[in-house]
Amino acid sequence: MSSPLRPAIRRYAEHPFWQAVGILLLAYIVVVGVVPILPGSAIVPKSVVLQYMITVLVGVLIYVSDNEERWRQFKEPIQAVLVEPRLKVVRAVVVAGVTALVGLVAYGQVKTTVAAPPNLRSIHPAPPAEITFRGKTITLTGLENPLRRYPDSLPSYLAEGKRVYYQNCLPCHGDHLDGQGHFAPGFNPLPANFQDNGTIAQLTESFVFWRVAKGGPGLPREGTPWNSAMPVWEDFLTEREIWSVILFLYEQTGWTPRTWEKSVSGEK
Amino acid sequence: MTDPLLLLQAAADTSRAYGEFPVIGARAFVWITAEVHLMFAAFVLGVPMFAVVTEAIGIFGGDERYDRLSKEFTRLLLVAYSATAIWGAMLVFGLSTLYPRFWAYLTTIFAPSMWLYAALFFVESFTLYLYYYGWDRWKKGRAKLGHWTLGILLNVWGTIVMFIANAWLTYMMSPPRDITPTTDPTTIKLWHAIANATWMPINVHRVIANVVFGGAIVGAYASYRFLAARTEEERAHYDWMGYVGNFIAMSALIVLPFAGYWLGREIYQYDQSMGITMMGGFMSWLWVIQAFLIAVLFLTGNYYLWIGMGRIPGAERFRPYTKYLLIVLVLGAIVWGTPHTMIADSKELAAMGGSHHPFLGALGVMSAKNTAVNLMILTTFLSFLLYRRANTRPVVPWARAGTIIQGAMFAVAAGVVLFYGIRGYFVEAIVRIGFSVYQVLAVLSCIVFVTVIDILMARGAQSLGAIRWGRMPPRSQYALFILAVTFTWLMGLMGFARSGIRQYWHVWQVMQDTSKYAATPALGYASKMISLCVLIFLSLVAFVFWLGGLAEKSTFVATAEGEKGARHVGH
Repeated sequence: MSSPLRPAIRRYAEHPFWQAVGILLLAYIVVVGVVPILPGSAIVPKSVVLQYMITVLVGVLIYVSDNEERWRQFKEPIQAVLVEPRLKVVRAVVVAGVTALVGLVAYGQVKTTVAAPPNLRSIHPAPPAEITFRGKTITLTGLENPLRRYPDSLPSYLAEGKRVYYQNCLPCHGDHLDGQGHFAPGFNPLPANFQDNGTIAQLTESFVFWRVAKGGPGLPREGTPWNSAMPVWEDFLTEREIWSVILFLYEQTGWTPRTWEKSVSGEK
Repeated sequence: MTDPLLLLQAAADTSRAYGEFPVIGARAFVWITAEVHLMFAAFVLGVPMFAVVTEAIGIFGGDERYDRLSKEFTRLLLVAYSATAIWGAMLVFGLSTLYPRFWAYLTTIFAPSMWLYAALFFVESFTLYLYYYGWDRWKKGRAKLGHWTLGILLNVWGTIVMFIANAWLTYMMSPPRDITPTTDPTTIKLWHAIANATWMPINVHRVIANVVFGGAIVGAYASYRFLAARTEEERAHYDWMGYVGNFIAMSALIVLPFAGYWLGREIYQYDQSMGITMMGGFMSWLWVIQAFLIAVLFLTGNYYLWIGMGRIPGAERFRPYTKYLLIVLVLGAIVWGTPHTMIADSKELAAMGGSHHPFLGALGVMSAKNTAVNLMILTTFLSFLLYRRANTRPVVPWARAGTIIQGAMFAVAAGVVLFYGIRGYFVEAIVRIGFSVYQVLAVLSCIVFVTVIDILMARGAQSLGAIRWGRMPPRSQYALFILAVTFTWLMGLMGFARSGIRQYWHVWQVMQDTSKYAATPALGYASKMISLCVLIFLSLVAFVFWLGGLAEKSTFVATAEGEKGARHVGH
């Protein structure tokens, strides 16, 4: 780098307008380019990129305008481009660029694609306080996996759970319990990924029991459409088989089920 | 609740249970009247709190400007009271004609409290008249203290009135568990219905929120008068008034999330499925919007303070640090607003392996969010501290040691918040929930102790010059507008969340809504309704402001006192 360039670069680096442009660019690069390449990460959905960029933009606008001197400097290049005769070419390019950008965004919004539109769905349906399982009433509130009361028999329950999983759940939820079974790409929403810290790791076993037993059709009225392809497993599995497969899920993933809060009186 | 009971309840509805309202429908009518009534109620409860505090500062601090400020606001209250009553009457007429069965049920249980409510409203109105019209008569000495007592009484009546109305709406949400659809309402004891699970948390949350709201409305009024001011002195007066409004709003806002957390926890304790619907179910998107709006409040409040430093001699010392505070606030806002379940198209969903992002998903859980909000609160408090100290230099011999201790307290509080935030990822949910208590305690202790040290340290502090009130760019005043609009919108939004989680129940799991409006509205429809309510309310408030200026001149008196303005609230 030749030395006369350095002061010019410094001038740009210290100018609030170019600082603002730089921060926005950097933030965009981090969100869109860096986050996805981190180990175990994935692309950031457009909705989240937009949300992050708006937040950063608000922060940048606060930074450039919370001080009179900085605010005046920030506006200088904008005013210059808008009014100075010597910047006629730049002005034309900016006007054309902004117009083209708006056109592109509009085109992107109305263009037809084969992809299904983004779905604003909630992932945590609220469980009922009690359910009926093949005619028997089961109170879910405060309920824990009854098989855990027999620690000596746990290996046999786990073996049973493993059998049930591989016979019934594997095609969708996958060999790694990560929701990547060979049927998975055909579903939207995708089958639950049990390895994720946001699924069974956050739930009580009674919640998981309810989801397995009642499947997609048993989801509550609010928040519809659920579009879940999960079958109603109470039609095919016994109560013990469902509790066994739940034991297997937690044992295989290493997560501990959420426990119930005890009230002051010691009740659950 | 079994299905036959629901069928019976539905069959009973063949008698006239619901009325119809033309064009907009029964639900929209009740929604608008209830919401606008509530906003006016918050106005007439929040502003007297503001008025009585500022009057006290005037009396005990000897600064008459506060007394005039207090009176200026009480004048606005007179009109706002009638607006509150009109909207309240519309709500009652709406409920009794459009939801007669439900209204009959509620009145059967709560009738005595409704009589008391009406009586107290009467007493409250007359206390207000005495308070306002007696202002100039009881101006000095003991009479002034008596006048101030009237202001306190005004707040006491208002708070009791609010507590009573809160009992009705919290009963709808969390009726005691022994009350079932078959319970005869005439057998329900009044106090049993009043003291339900969410009554006290809502009472506390609303009292604090009303202070915030009162301060924000005062700020908006001041900014309106500032922008319309014709003289430098007038501008200085309204700049100062805007500062006081913002100070009170932001101080109360700092503790509001803790009260909200308590309310949320009580809802979970009362009914887990209601809690999940609210926080994780279809209402969860409202919390993402709420996070965004509260981030706007924090950012705007701090922004106003930082711009304000431009008019304080000595503030240059602290200005270089504000950018670091801004970075913490922006990062906090990003973390707080990161949704756990993301809106994504099928390609993005496939890449993420579901609607949880494998990396950013970690920011979508409570550990991250509690950490972010606590750090944002600490940062805002630090902004206040810098602003407060801007034009003074402490002279006490232990000033340096005191500042170091204050710094250490901030570091310890931030450390505790971060430690429990990170540790929360490695423990089970039940333990993690308890961590938020430690985080809150660390932040609150820091705020209390640092403030005490600061007050002691400010004794006899050397002044670096008077604050140049009025030297504020117009954009700072728009920030005050944004605060008021955002607070109002937030009230409507979270009010819908609280009320909407009852879903198709008038009274949760006791009385079902069998009208054609039983379905919980879609979020888009709800946000349009909330925006409409905000628009109606703010238009009426603008009218009240205009009336306030029309009736008589502002209480601002152009005297040399305008030059006195080097004081801050709290100094």
